[in-house]
Amino acid sequence: MRLDLTQIKRWIPKGSRVLDLGCGDGEFLAELEHELEVSGTGLEIDLHNLSEAVAKGLSVVQQDMDAGLPNFPDNSFDTVVMAHALQVLHRPHRVLEHMVRIGGEAIVTFPNFGHWRCRLYLGLRGRMPVSKVMPYSWYDTPNIHFCTVKDFEHLCDSLDIELIAKDTVGGGSSQILARLWPNAFAVTAIYRLRRRGG
Amino acid sequence: MTGVDSAGSVGLVIPFVEVFEEPLTLACGRTLDRFELVLETYGVLNADASNAILICHALSGNHHAAGFHSRDERKPGWWDVAIGPGKAIDTDRFFVVSVNNLGGCHGSTGPASINPATGSPWGPDFPQIQIDDWVESQRRLAQRLGISRWAAVIGGSLGGMQALQWAVSYPDWLDHCVVLASAPRLSAQNIAFNEIARHAILSDPDWLDGHYYQNDRIPEKGLGLARMVGHLTYMSADGMSDKFGRELREGSLGSEESDAVVFQVESYLRYQGAQFSTRFDANTYMLMTRALDFFDISRDHDGDLRRALANTTASFLVLSFSSDWRFSPARSQELVDALLAEGKPVTYADIEANEGHDSFLIDVPGYLPLFTAYMARVGC
Repeated sequence: MRLDLTQIKRWIPKGSRVLDLGCGDGEFLAELEHELEVSGTGLEIDLHNLSEAVAKGLSVVQQDMDAGLPNFPDNSFDTVVMAHALQVLHRPHRVLEHMVRIGGEAIVTFPNFGHWRCRLYLGLRGRMPVSKVMPYSWYDTPNIHFCTVKDFEHLCDSLDIELIAKDTVGGGSSQILARLWPNAFAVTAIYRLRRRGG
Repeated sequence: MTGVDSAGSVGLVIPFVEVFEEPLTLACGRTLDRFELVLETYGVLNADASNAILICHALSGNHHAAGFHSRDERKPGWWDVAIGPGKAIDTDRFFVVSVNNLGGCHGSTGPASINPATGSPWGPDFPQIQIDDWVESQRRLAQRLGISRWAAVIGGSLGGMQALQWAVSYPDWLDHCVVLASAPRLSAQNIAFNEIARHAILSDPDWLDGHYYQNDRIPEKGLGLARMVGHLTYMSADGMSDKFGRELREGSLGSEESDAVVFQVESYLRYQGAQFSTRFDANTYMLMTRALDFFDISRDHDGDLRRALANTTASFLVLSFSSDWRFSPARSQELVDALLAEGKPVTYADIEANEGHDSFLIDVPGYLPLFTAYMARVGC
């Protein structure tokens, strides 16, 4: 289990209703159903992934998040989760708005482009970073909307989205640094959100 | 194709008839004093009768969904790709019940049956059956077979509507509802196509207002034309291009005898029409298309789909096919959205396929693996 997913689990109450956006092969959602007895719904666009998730006994709907999520009523889930999908969306800000509308809370994780390795790569080599976490070349990548921790928080503020909690995954020993200076040391950022005043 | 002796086939099957003497009051208000249903079953009903699956057929379908009636039969039942040992509807695990709808023309009571009041075939006087009536008759059949709950009710197209009606009318009677290439109600365009098909039958001089049986006539031309129109709408433009293109079956375009030119697609449609008119009954076609037109799962709820589905307790599998313009993916999504909004468990996918509405009958890539993956949870 990826570290960010382990951390997400702490924020999901037992027996709650969870919508997992971009659930992939359903491994995480199946674990939530198994361990926390949540009633889960997955959203996935790739048919092969979806079939794998269905084989795990999950309810999964094939839908393109980028076309919006207007078919989900307000507050129809306790928590809407989106792990490592923000950066592939065409309109990430619109999806975030839907997430805090549909869920009482939303949990988002994304790779932090402000990490010092990215900065160093770009700064020294003068080229777009390619790494184990981000293995694609700039011209052929699903990741079209990278952002930094600061960028994300700025966006949330402008969308009237409240940060309930945040966490980070640093690389190896830099976990403490990641907590202290997330914008430079978090490899993955994890946010717990809700609509302000909602 | 699976042969009669192959591991994936249910092999030889024998249809049988169940007779029901208790009167059945129909949705239209009329009553059938008695009726018969012809059916096939595959697999074995387990001790607590918890592994039963009902298959609901589409407009032109019947009870022969899998296996072979004889060693000479050229093709297996209409859904042999999905039903059999190790297949999506695994007959090693499930007891599968496949019944010819009331009003049908393959052995269940229908327009060609004798009306006890007159001693002649019912013809057009046979009551207009609606989808609720099929569900009711199937429920009686279930009780007869010792089944008080279906592990799943499964259908494509018109059969999907029946499955949906089951989930709404008798929520306590099914665990899973599988709705393939279907819709919560027909669109105006769909009703229009049905009307053209009916009009083709009505225009045939051999139709005789539906009383053709006594006169040894069959409105073959009208029924064939109805089928040609119907069949055309079950295919997609791309699918037809792939299958036929502009290939000629007879003649050549450069020759002076333009009458001799027959495109492959023409020949195919003519064949489909001619075949159909020998195996189907025109009165049943009228009845089935009307049943399709009348169906609206939300009719009792002012068209509010969410309210119509509010009391369902089944888990749903809904599948559509990308090139199906007769029962388009948008109609399935409408159903899925209402289920999601009501917080019902639903799995949905739109399968990429070129074969149009008929895709649900074919092993198109991705479809059967997903169907199989879903069925793994049924009956557990």
